[in-house]
Amino acid sequence: MSREDVLVTAEWAEENLGTAGVVFVEVDEDTSAYDGGHLPGAVRIDWKTELQDPVRRDFVDRAGFEKLLSAKGIGNSDKVVLYGGNNNWFAAYAYWYFKLYGHDAVQLLDGGRKKWELDGRPLSADAVTREETSYSAKEQDPAIRAFRDEVVEAINAKNLVDVRSPDEFAGKLLAPAHLPQEQAQRAGHIPSAINVPWSKAANEDGTFRSADELRDLYKQAGIDESKATIAYCRIGERSSHTWFALHELLDYPDVKNYDGSWTEYGSLVGVPVEIGPGAH
Amino acid sequence: MSDGCAAPEQTAELPAGIDLAKEIVLGGKVTADGSPVGGAYVRLLDSTGEFTAEVVSSQDGDFRFFAAPGTWTVRALHRSGNGETRVTADGPGLHPVAVSVG
Repeated sequence: MSREDVLVTAEWAEENLGTAGVVFVEVDEDTSAYDGGHLPGAVRIDWKTELQDPVRRDFVDRAGFEKLLSAKGIGNSDKVVLYGGNNNWFAAYAYWYFKLYGHDAVQLLDGGRKKWELDGRPLSADAVTREETSYSAKEQDPAIRAFRDEVVEAINAKNLVDVRSPDEFAGKLLAPAHLPQEQAQRAGHIPSAINVPWSKAANEDGTFRSADELRDLYKQAGIDESKATIAYCRIGERSSHTWFALHELLDYPDVKNYDGSWTEYGSLVGVPVEIGPGAH
Repeated sequence: MSDGCAAPEQTAELPAGIDLAKEIVLGGKVTADGSPVGGAYVRLLDSTGEFTAEVVSSQDGDFRFFAAPGTWTVRALHRSGNGETRVTADGPGLHPVAVSVG
């Protein structure tokens, strides 16, 4: 796929804010940003309360996804443009999720909320309502989601890309540096993983780097293009960003996101853990 | 929020449960001509210039990071302009950082 197939520019988005059949969706964990001002006409999805199962540690099932999209007024034939804060982490996570449930007409707004704001483009605090639809989702696509046993088997066999910051990778921190370090699980990384922080895939304004820059980045970091790849971070959203870069922008054929990520792996009993800067 | 990864609310007052005897906190305000700048994208870069974390400053311009020991650059982006400040944090405690943009 080309960049134009999976990303829209802020210019395109501003020109298409009222276009029929295009639905803009803001995805964040902290939805107060949306309340203060969002792309005119955009609906929101709350990453925490709407995409995660309230009881099990998993995300909403197929029926739950259908119910959510129906309530948001998103139809099967709509083109969905996702954007959000945090350099599109949660929007990229939602993108992966839309793909997981078989919605192909989905794109990310390149640069997300940050680029939009830095450009001084319009925001609206008006409430948005869309007519309810009856959305129908497909079964989850197992080709893009990795579970823990597959990750353990991938040690020294597949590319494992740890996209957290170098200090998290090395085991010095358990969470990104803007969050309290209260987690209790072990620190470190999965043996044989390479560390390519998600941020290396993005420019300062939140847009994705060019395909040539991305290819050089991952090859220099030691990715073997002949092997399958699993990306992980702490809870699976930063690695959705890298999954997007590898699978959607670079067209690597076999790339999975391990959404259990370090909060799961770092709490497993009996699995190998490595600390320090790693081999690369 | 312990399980999330999004930027928590930025306030001058530290949230409950933060032990300054153990944690290194880099905190301060983004300003332009002395006035607080809210809604700036504040980026924490390590000693090699590598990105580490990003938050959005509060309405009062406040931001905060939890870091490892080292020399850091705090860089703020705003539609009115950008700016950055370096800070060295050797040990636990609150290390004040002021960043002006424009």
